[in-house]
Amino acid sequence: MTDQTGVIVAEGTTGPEAAETVGQAQSLTQEAWRELRRNPLFVISLILITVFIVMAIFPSLFTNADPNKAILKLSNSAPSKDAWFGRDLQGYDVLARTVYGARASIIVGIMTTLVTGFLGVLIGTIAAYYGGILDTLVMRLTDIFFAIPFLLGGILFMSTFPNDVNSSYWSVVGKVVLALSILGWPSIARLMRGAVLQVKPNDYVQAARALGASPWRIIRSHILPNAMAPVMVVSMINLGAYIAAEASLSFLGIGLVPPAISWGVAISDSLNLIRTAPWILIFPSIFLSLAVLAFIMLGDAVRDAFDPKGR
Amino acid sequence: MSAAAVKTGSMSPYHAQDGLLLEVENLHVEFHTRYGVAKAINGVDFSLRQGECLAILGESGSGKSVTAQAVMGILDMPPASIPAGSVKYCGHDLLTMPEDRRRKTRGPEISMIFQDALSALNPTFPVGWQIAEMFREHRGMNKSDAYAQAIKLMERVSIPAAKERVKAYPHQFSGGMRQRIMIAMAIALDPAILIADEPTTALDVTVQAQIMSLLQDLQHERQMGLILITHDLGVVADVADRIAVMYAGRIVEQADVRDIYARPAHPYTKGLLESIPRLDLKGQELAAIGGLPPNLMKIPPGCAFNPRCTMAQDVCRVDLPPLVEVAPNRKSACHFSKEVLGA
Repeated sequence: MTDQTGVIVAEGTTGPEAAETVGQAQSLTQEAWRELRRNPLFVISLILITVFIVMAIFPSLFTNADPNKAILKLSNSAPSKDAWFGRDLQGYDVLARTVYGARASIIVGIMTTLVTGFLGVLIGTIAAYYGGILDTLVMRLTDIFFAIPFLLGGILFMSTFPNDVNSSYWSVVGKVVLALSILGWPSIARLMRGAVLQVKPNDYVQAARALGASPWRIIRSHILPNAMAPVMVVSMINLGAYIAAEASLSFLGIGLVPPAISWGVAISDSLNLIRTAPWILIFPSIFLSLAVLAFIMLGDAVRDAFDPKGR
Repeated sequence: MSAAAVKTGSMSPYHAQDGLLLEVENLHVEFHTRYGVAKAINGVDFSLRQGECLAILGESGSGKSVTAQAVMGILDMPPASIPAGSVKYCGHDLLTMPEDRRRKTRGPEISMIFQDALSALNPTFPVGWQIAEMFREHRGMNKSDAYAQAIKLMERVSIPAAKERVKAYPHQFSGGMRQRIMIAMAIALDPAILIADEPTTALDVTVQAQIMSLLQDLQHERQMGLILITHDLGVVADVADRIAVMYAGRIVEQADVRDIYARPAHPYTKGLLESIPRLDLKGQELAAIGGLPPNLMKIPPGCAFNPRCTMAQDVCRVDLPPLVEVAPNRKSACHFSKEVLGA
């Protein structure tokens, strides 16, 4: 409905305002945004992601319980009015642990996406723009990284640099981010290289050179804005995958460790009690699945909206 | 004044000697490909003076665009290389200049417009932003001043409602308007030389005329040297002062526009002129030059045009005719220039 009013305004008025409205209404981003708003998958995933991000920043909005308060005499007690999701072996409140666990997952997901995105875009762009031997070397390097299975590489890194009891929260999280980033940048770099190679021979890049633009300005103003779209979509989908990878490493006992609270750790701890106290497993699993799903769905929806062939 | 600043009121470090802006001497360009070396340019000489319009005429693959790119310094090297020659701008050889210094000549000193303005404009940014970028990159202007300049330029190239259109994207303009925007970008920094690489090829005929007259106005207004690259004899006749006809990477004839149209001195030029459709010869078969231009990896010995030339003799298959003065102010590279002129 808002679309219709927008169009009517554009047609009905004249002068600067009309030109303004027409100009914006026809841009690709605007059209994609209109497409997205009508996509239920996008709306649902956006709501979920917002909830998870708020949960990561202000966990106390969702629970009054202290996640580090263990009441041993209530160990493994079932969900009740007092503790909605029940309590685990140590007597921790499962709801509180699950809510506070969002922070680690979101931080690992976002940080890894930012680091891989930065490295991948930088390396991929330089390789494609300058080409030649540099390009060959970088691409063979990514081949080497592709040969390492993701999880195996993560296990290798984390067992080479293990956490100990005295590690701070940020060093524990940072190590996981580093491990995932080292393994994740090559896919972004390759994608970026492909996109830049496609944009580089365009006339407007030649024209920019002919009008005296510096290499840095050509890359920043002409190549990056036209080559970023695929990387942004894939990064969004990868964000979900990184959250799952963090949970996998934590589940195996080599990712996040206490004092960090993590869904992966919680799931791992719950396995022995799966028959007697299933709630310890179920609730973190649901949260983890929803978070991963939300990011992957968002990436999918954005890709579809920006892909003119899908219309 | 023998050494006037090329651009009045600017701090340009370049000064034209006796109005001479550009001297291209013995320029060679080769492309190294998987199948061999393509000799795209084989010894091109020409010069350009202040306020002069030189048309470089030739069919596809004759090397006219490569010449422009070599002068601009936007050839991709490799695969291209320049084994010999010099391109002097106000006496400074652009080919031996450090890349950073040379880059700073592109835009404020020598500028270029392209054939297809839609693909030559960045689709992700509004046109005003792209024009303003010229001022921000080369003059370090702030955003609002640069935008004000961009609007002025858009008005100068006759874009209606420039103030409102400054935020519009390239795809929202018609072909002719896009070419006007490209021209606005190219003249933004008041260059001494403007190279127009087939500026009207992608446009329809009525718009072609408008764009050409805009270019002509701007050239007179700013006393620019204009190099017009085209294969369209009709476009050239009204605008150009001098014409250089290229064939297989060499200039085969160079003369004032009137002389060339009245009496060509090279069989190739003659063939080109005879192949223009004429209203008064309605119903007759159109004259054409038989055959195809040579493969640039296997240019025939002697005169490159000899396999297609109606006047070719044995000497043409062995000896490469040099470009020599055959009459005052006109040069031709043919063993039989005198005969062609006389015919």
